[in-house]
Amino acid sequence: MWSSCVRTRSMLSPTTLCVCNEKTALSFLKIWFMLQYEWNRNQRFLFQAAIAFAMSHHLDLEFNVSNILVCDETPRVSFWFVVTSPDDPSRLVGKESVELAVRASRSRINNILLLNDATLEFIGVLPTLAAPVKPATPSWLIVFGVVIGIIGAGIVFLLVSTVVQKKRYVDDDEEAQMKRMAGNEGICNTSFSECDRNTQM
Amino acid sequence: MGEEKNPGTEERPKWDNKVQYLLTCIGFAVGIGNLWRFPYLCQIYGGGAFLIPYLIALVFQGLPLLYLELAIGQRLRMGSIGVWKNISPMLGGVGIASMVVSFLVSMFYNTIIAWVLWYFFNSFQNPLPWSQCPLNANQTGYSSECEKSTSVNYFWYRETLNITEDIGISGSLQWWMVICLATAWCVIYICFIKGIDSMGKAVYVTATFPYLVLTIFLIRALTLPGATDGLVYLFTPDWEILKKPQVWLDAATQIFFSLSVAFGGLIAFSSYNAERNDCERDALVVGITNSATSLYGSIPIFSILGFKARTNFNTCLEQNILTLTNHFDIAERNMTVENYDQWFDYLNVTHPGDIASLPLRVCDLQNFLDQSASGTGLAFIVFTEAVLEMPGSQVWAVLFFVMLLSLGLSSMFGNVEGVLTPLQELKLVPKWLPHEVLTAIVCLVSFLIGLIFTLGSGNYWVEVFNAYVGSVPLLIIAFCEMVGVAYIYGMKTFSEDIYFMTGRRPNIYWKACWMVISPLMLLVVFVAYVALQAGTYPTYPAWNPNYENFPQTETKEYPKWVFGIIVALVVVPILSIPVVAVYNLIRCGMKKSNANVSGPNPYSNEAFEIETQERNTQSI
Repeated sequence: MWSSCVRTRSMLSPTTLCVCNEKTALSFLKIWFMLQYEWNRNQRFLFQAAIAFAMSHHLDLEFNVSNILVCDETPRVSFWFVVTSPDDPSRLVGKESVELAVRASRSRINNILLLNDATLEFIGVLPTLAAPVKPATPSWLIVFGVVIGIIGAGIVFLLVSTVVQKKRYVDDDEEAQMKRMAGNEGICNTSFSECDRNTQM
Repeated sequence: MGEEKNPGTEERPKWDNKVQYLLTCIGFAVGIGNLWRFPYLCQIYGGGAFLIPYLIALVFQGLPLLYLELAIGQRLRMGSIGVWKNISPMLGGVGIASMVVSFLVSMFYNTIIAWVLWYFFNSFQNPLPWSQCPLNANQTGYSSECEKSTSVNYFWYRETLNITEDIGISGSLQWWMVICLATAWCVIYICFIKGIDSMGKAVYVTATFPYLVLTIFLIRALTLPGATDGLVYLFTPDWEILKKPQVWLDAATQIFFSLSVAFGGLIAFSSYNAERNDCERDALVVGITNSATSLYGSIPIFSILGFKARTNFNTCLEQNILTLTNHFDIAERNMTVENYDQWFDYLNVTHPGDIASLPLRVCDLQNFLDQSASGTGLAFIVFTEAVLEMPGSQVWAVLFFVMLLSLGLSSMFGNVEGVLTPLQELKLVPKWLPHEVLTAIVCLVSFLIGLIFTLGSGNYWVEVFNAYVGSVPLLIIAFCEMVGVAYIYGMKTFSEDIYFMTGRRPNIYWKACWMVISPLMLLVVFVAYVALQAGTYPTYPAWNPNYENFPQTETKEYPKWVFGIIVALVVVPILSIPVVAVYNLIRCGMKKSNANVSGPNPYSNEAFEIETQERNTQSI
């Protein structure tokens, strides 16, 4: 059985049995973390559990934490890991299926470890690009609709009010002006009004 | 007497109060250019040192022109066509030229407002649409055009403009741009629907809101990291640069175009004033406020640009740190932005071969600061990118675009006024057509012609209009205005008019400027400008994804037919000046010869020439 080494990057504590090394890896996958927390044995355990979950989910077999072997850790928090088959601990699971499992449950693994695609990298496994969410109606159309609605209503209102005003003025013309004339004549004789700008010489 | 006036049809509209008038003039003068042109010029022309030619140009060229326009508008109480016909029938063409220029400028300026509206509509999303690249066709990666340039560039060039590679390739009408343009014209229409009654109310908001937003941005920007880098970069004076004549030319043109003179809008606005109004103080207020706004606005702009440069620099360093950390398996967080230089030097000494093989980027803060932009590049690319890094991006984006909207709208008011008032004075419009319908027709016609700018090549056309319509014709009109008032109208008559309006005669400074200094400066600026333009064949930067140096823009020459259009755009507006002058000369000559034949005219007693002239022209 050819071995498959999936290399990851994380910080280190003394390793146990190391099954893989660069010579046995057909190609190496690195993984590195940018951690907000300190890497220790418990964190590594959580990582192993997450990978076990991903493998179980993908292959429908029951993987245990002991099936995930971590080795060659560096202070960078980078290491290799290998997955052994649950039925036969000396047999390694092929790299392709590990890759596929990781890719399928990538977001879940990210969330478990409180990391994201930028801070956790499985070298060789490209993150599937999340398609940007496209709502049914582009939101800009909604804003546009609101704005144009308000403006349209405003225009209609102003035009209608102007028309109504003009009509009222025309209707009241005769009566109102007569009233005004009668009321004002004793008070202000408009013939000599200084504010009449059309005064002819 | 007791002549019954029908209020609203014969009486000239009036401002509700002085504040409205001042805000309208300030709003007209203060436009988007104050924010996206002045800081750029300040930066490339040696920071603080640029203020010297700028202030000199303001004092000797900007303020006299401004005062002149406000004074003649207020005294003669007519729009640009009536005013110049009044001063001398031969100068009637100046008013027509102003009207044509205002019309052409308002068309492309409203396109800019349409772009601002588009960005405004798109700012109400999380995440902002220009923060991510879209996926390509088969969803395996990001769109290649977006990856090679940035997501911000992609959003501007592809999703907003859908720009073609060449001005000759028109593309099709971009429907989203069409509806944004329609919205922009509807906004203009609703503000103008009742003439200056409605516009005067609108300016309370559009003229003051930008200052509010600028202050908010100022406070926010000064607290951002890297703000001081930008400010230091902006204001560090480089006195050597004052020896270049280009600086003085750009200062003079900046002042001139910034104050929005020669459009006819200012004449129209001041014609609605009371007769005895201190227009000297108004001119000083408007001119100084305009320059002060430019200065005030450049502080937050450059703080934010400094922040953007610092952020890009940090991102660049962090990428390098990641590459190095991964390669050398250094412990996490041992190498940081602060000690990067020491680590780099150490690694370069110990492992030079490895360092050479790694794809490390050169990170230079000065380089990032130098990536300045002006115009649409500043607003829609640089600033939108900066906004992405600020917490609460949507709020800042919305605020910024509403501010640009207010600035643009208040300038558009002046432009449209410069079209509407002369139209009514030309007496081409039948009397039974209500003002609202005329405004609607003007808006509709401008919208339909402005659809050119919503084509795929629209941005290139906006650049053409911006560079050629809004430049040389205005210089010529301003020169004719100044010479017309100082020499044809007569400085004596003008001084008397000012004495009538303000109660004091203009002092020696104003007279010297109007008669000698300003026309001379305008002439020099005009000649230098034309000489510089005529030296090289005009070119334009084209966005071509297939260009080998993409994402840099490709410099292309304008095709011959576009060059012809450019020449037409420059010549047609000012054509009216000589045409009307010649026409009137001929008519005057014919009249004189007729008058000599028939003897003294019993209907025209030259003793009362001035007043009869005024009365005739007032009873339009």
